[in-house]
Amino acid sequence: MYYRQAGQFYTTYSQDSRIIPVREDRWIIYVVVLAGFCLVPFFASDYWLSGILIPWLALSLVALGQNILMGYTGQLSLGSAGFMAAGAFACYNIELRIEWMPFFGSLILSGIIAAMIGIVFGLPSLRVRGLYLMVATLASQFFIIWVIDKFGWFKNYDSSGIITAQDIVIFGKSFTTPAEEYLVCLFVCAVMTVIALNMVRGSVGRNWMAVRDMDVAAEVMGISLLKTKLQAFAISSFYCGVGGALFAFAFLKSMEPVAFDILLSFRILFMVIIGGLGTIIGCYLGAGFILLMPVFLNIFFHAVFGQAVDATLTSALEQVIFGVMIILFMIYQPLGMARILEIMQERLRKWPFKI
Amino acid sequence: MSVSAQAEPASRAFPIGEPILELDSISLRFGGVKAITDVSFDVREHEIRAIIGPNGAGKSSMLNVINGLYTPQEGNITFRGQRIDNMTPAKAASLGISRTFQNIALFKRMSVLDNIMAGRTLFSHATFLEVAFQLPRARREERQNREKAEEIIEFLEIEHIRKTTVSQLPYGLQKRVELGRALAAEPQVLLLDEPMAGMNVEEKQDMCRFVLDVNDHYGTTFVLIEHDMGVVMDISDRVVVLDYGKTIGDGTPDEVRNNQDVIDAYLGVAH
Ligand SMILES: Nc1ncnc2c1ncn2[C@@H]1O[C@H](COP(=O)(O)OP(=O)(O)OP(=O)(O)O)[C@@H](O)[C@H]1O
Ligand SMILES: [Mg+2]
Repeated sequence: MYYRQAGQFYTTYSQDSRIIPVREDRWIIYVVVLAGFCLVPFFASDYWLSGILIPWLALSLVALGQNILMGYTGQLSLGSAGFMAAGAFACYNIELRIEWMPFFGSLILSGIIAAMIGIVFGLPSLRVRGLYLMVATLASQFFIIWVIDKFGWFKNYDSSGIITAQDIVIFGKSFTTPAEEYLVCLFVCAVMTVIALNMVRGSVGRNWMAVRDMDVAAEVMGISLLKTKLQAFAISSFYCGVGGALFAFAFLKSMEPVAFDILLSFRILFMVIIGGLGTIIGCYLGAGFILLMPVFLNIFFHAVFGQAVDATLTSALEQVIFGVMIILFMIYQPLGMARILEIMQERLRKWPFKI
Repeated sequence: MSVSAQAEPASRAFPIGEPILELDSISLRFGGVKAITDVSFDVREHEIRAIIGPNGAGKSSMLNVINGLYTPQEGNITFRGQRIDNMTPAKAASLGISRTFQNIALFKRMSVLDNIMAGRTLFSHATFLEVAFQLPRARREERQNREKAEEIIEFLEIEHIRKTTVSQLPYGLQKRVELGRALAAEPQVLLLDEPMAGMNVEEKQDMCRFVLDVNDHYGTTFVLIEHDMGVVMDISDRVVVLDYGKTIGDGTPDEVRNNQDVIDAYLGVAH
């Protein structure tokens, strides 16, 4: 009733294909983003900012990268954490070695470096598909970590193998408090999300999806499979690289290559699948779910059992419940959280005439 | 079935011209299977050329050879007088050869509009950066492509489903959308592989009307495979008949109808 599309007429094609076509949705998004910039930094506790919101934003960006490749282009891949590591260590080395480079410059460059590595590891996609491709991309995960581990140069020959990320400095101002770091992450996420939305609703995204849905027909329409697939690998890796750099610089702070192990890749895969393959909002929802669920379960168990039960037992239980929830999710809503949101919008549109 | 009779040649907006596509002694084998053996025929500009023949005769394989999905072991393809060595789908697309498939090959999870827009690939030159930042060229191309897509949607009378996901559409409409996607490329030559298979009479009539209208309005050359003899005889200018990968007849519908080899093949006379 109050949320409705009736009466909103589009008189130009650009109006019809804008990012958020429904006026109410647009307002909701504006308000959420504005609150994210203006209210959250002041009211959220440091724990929430640096423990939850910052990793959420950084990993959402990585999930976005994974989704571009898997959800939009249909190329199964498992190795996003490897590209995160590439981005993180690239950013560290650029900050270390190129003094005049502004932080955003380092961030973009690390993305580009990750993208170039992505192109190389995307080459198998021209030959194999499905699970075979997934196994091939797995190589990137191990190879990148191995290279960073093996050659001390990447870690500035630190004897412990652990590096400490430099402070984020933008226009001479250092962003070191949780709120400031959060703002940097939010800004990068906002910009890169708009860019992703532009790509997926334009010719670039149509080519990706065409290759995903029917590659022979795509080729016959004049879409180059080689270019489209490698482009998707590059852009996906760019997002993973930038997300990884943010993850390292705003969240981990000090890190070693093994922080970016295969388990992290799996978590990102879950985020994308639970959030919704082939949706942008799903990346944020999925990342939120995967990050927050364990926290909530933990709080819940503490509240119920207190100290009565052994901590190792509760943490094992948490894992089991978390796993079961993922399975139930996949059974009842295989299209992910983005689809749930869509169904809710659909209901809301008809309410209260139809429930 | 009967469709309004073919317009007299004299009144055609685009009279049939020189051969646009020539196939010269094409042979195609899959291991031991001879799909096509020494087949030659030509397609003239602006004409509607039908390929008929029993199941497994090699008709679809012929289309796949024309647009480069299959590479024949022998033979040449000539397009507008120019010999094309090793045809590829990309080359065929750039020459203006578009097609539909026997088993619908739409982009199933995309909307009708996006499918048709995807058919405009040859008219999208903006790089991904231009699209990412919505620079003027990307915006202009998107608008122009949308205008053309809407023209096709209107022509095919599918306005009501433009935002519907293709997989949710009934078979007949999917066939129509696939034609729309092929048309979006503004092809010189349009290859249709059984565009009316599995349709009811009304849907077939609609499809015939679209083919004739496109041919009449844009002068598009058609090569179509069809099993429905009524349709073939009604709308095609010339027919080539394949059987077991060989040409057994080639000519106007009337000539083909009275060809003894063709009659035998269709009545199943032993070879
Ligand atoms: N990719 C392929 N690999 C192996 N054999 C093939 C392939 N494509 C076609 N053939 C064989 O080539 C022969 C011709 O097939 P084709 O699909 O061209 O026939 P068709 O005339 O289109 O038949 P239909 O009317 O059933 O569509 C058949 O014997 C088929 O089995
Ligand atoms: Mg066939």
